[in-house]
Amino acid sequence: MKLLEVKDLTIVFEEGRQRQTVVDHVGFSMDEGEILGVVGESGSGKSMMAHCLMGLYKPHERVAEGSVLFDGQSLLDMPAEARRQVQGNTMSIVFQEPMTSLNPVKKIGPQVEESLYIHRKDVGKQERRELALKALQDVELPNAREVYDSYPHELSGGMRQRVMIASAIVCRPKLLIADEATTALDVTIQAQIIRLLRKLNASTGMSVLFISHNLRVIQEICSRAIVMWQGQIVEEGTVEEIFRRPQEDYTKRLIAAIPTRRKRRGF
Amino acid sequence: MKYVLKKVITLIITLLCISAITFGAFSVIPGDAAVSKLGVNASPQQVEELREEMGLNDPIPVRYLSWLSGAVRGDFGDSYQYDNTTVASLLADRLPVTALLAAMSFLMILALSLPLGILSARFSGKWPDIGINLATQVVMAIPSFFLGIILTYVFGLVLHWFQPGQFVQPWEDLGACLGYLAFPAAAVALPKIAMVVKFLRGSVLAEMQKDYVRTAYSRGNTKGMVLYRHVLRNAFIPVITFLALVIAEILAGSIIVEQVFSVPGVGRLLITAILNRDYPVVQAVVMYVTALVVVINFLVDLLYQAVDPRIKTSG
Repeated sequence: MKLLEVKDLTIVFEEGRQRQTVVDHVGFSMDEGEILGVVGESGSGKSMMAHCLMGLYKPHERVAEGSVLFDGQSLLDMPAEARRQVQGNTMSIVFQEPMTSLNPVKKIGPQVEESLYIHRKDVGKQERRELALKALQDVELPNAREVYDSYPHELSGGMRQRVMIASAIVCRPKLLIADEATTALDVTIQAQIIRLLRKLNASTGMSVLFISHNLRVIQEICSRAIVMWQGQIVEEGTVEEIFRRPQEDYTKRLIAAIPTRRKRRGF
Repeated sequence: MKYVLKKVITLIITLLCISAITFGAFSVIPGDAAVSKLGVNASPQQVEELREEMGLNDPIPVRYLSWLSGAVRGDFGDSYQYDNTTVASLLADRLPVTALLAAMSFLMILALSLPLGILSARFSGKWPDIGINLATQVVMAIPSFFLGIILTYVFGLVLHWFQPGQFVQPWEDLGACLGYLAFPAAAVALPKIAMVVKFLRGSVLAEMQKDYVRTAYSRGNTKGMVLYRHVLRNAFIPVITFLALVIAEILAGSIIVEQVFSVPGVGRLLITAILNRDYPVVQAVVMYVTALVVVINFLVDLLYQAVDPRIKTSG
């Protein structure tokens, strides 16, 4: 069964008389338990599409056309209250900026627990704490108890990104959107986070929509990917296909941009 | 502990500097305590005798040191303008009144500006915000003393809610005293309320743009929940500094407003003391205000740490 079906999704940016199409008739689907990569340069509309799936809009942003079917529900025409029940519950997101995405004056524990607090009213305080500790352990943070009582500024960037993932998976969502989740991290930490996401996908069956501008990283984590350029999907297929037989000019350039040993000799 | 010690030393140094500056200023400005006490008709000989008696003929450093040695022991000497009255007893009568006035205006500021600021930010660009913005704009433009005159006219002379000039001491009838002080307190508080409302609104709106707010929305928080659970505590951090400045301004503002409403507080004492060159009283009042401002700043530092975990006191 399909978990996510996006059809003709068109997002426009409107300010006064100006109207700009940022995401242009995008359509793709995802299976349950799948990791799908989205690759494209900055400004290609991939982040905006992800935020739209999550129900996060910036001022002047509007969906002009299209439909999103998630877990049997039509996301774009459901009432705001029902949409809110999806956010952080069955679908959640991890952002690019681990340093600023956590509230600086709140301890980690309550921030990881927040989705539970909002969506699982039946879960008591003690159980919430245990589930949050479990999530912190799931993202392989050593001494989860200590982290639980820390403030964000006491943790490193990699640890904070793990905390963000923990807070995103605490409600056991069906879909996790990783929006450039590894971009701001050191290469070694980047590899660890990718391994972690693959592990979580394998152990819980949670689907992951992995967005990156880095083809190498996409290649590491998923088997199928879509390539976005100027708001449109220009290529879709398995990562191998995309690498071996890039159909589009843009994809070819994207692949050529990956630094390799062989190319360096040419300098 | 080290932190507190550092603050105490700062307080002592500040008080020393301020007292020296006030002393210096007083020896420069024209006028003489002996003359103002005896009146212009006194003979030069009488004035000279009194000067000698009051110690005004001693060199300035000697006078300063003799004042200092008394002040260290908590003895601020006798008033020049009133006979046989210690500075301490003068202050004891007036301090509670001014403290009450300042506390009332500060409470008014907190009680009104915080909800209004939050409301204004919550509905930014909509009619509650526009209304609040208009009102704050108007109130901010009116100085406290003029606002005092308007309040006296409207509530005292037209509506008769209070009797201008008929101040009741707090130890005689606290209720009546508070009822009277509410009006001068409002005159001091209103322009400050307008400022804090604007400041808090700006701070909340700036915080709403931060990344952690986006995270909060992504977890399914409503706008109200994002505001109360995440934004407010962050938005209050700069407001605390601002409130500390406001407290210092309340003290300054009440000195003038006490004149307008004939409230017998420290402010009026200070003004008559300056006019009569009653140096010991002026010095004591200035010391009191300085100490208060420094202590409030210290409390604000402590409050900061309670609100913002990133600030930790070290050495």
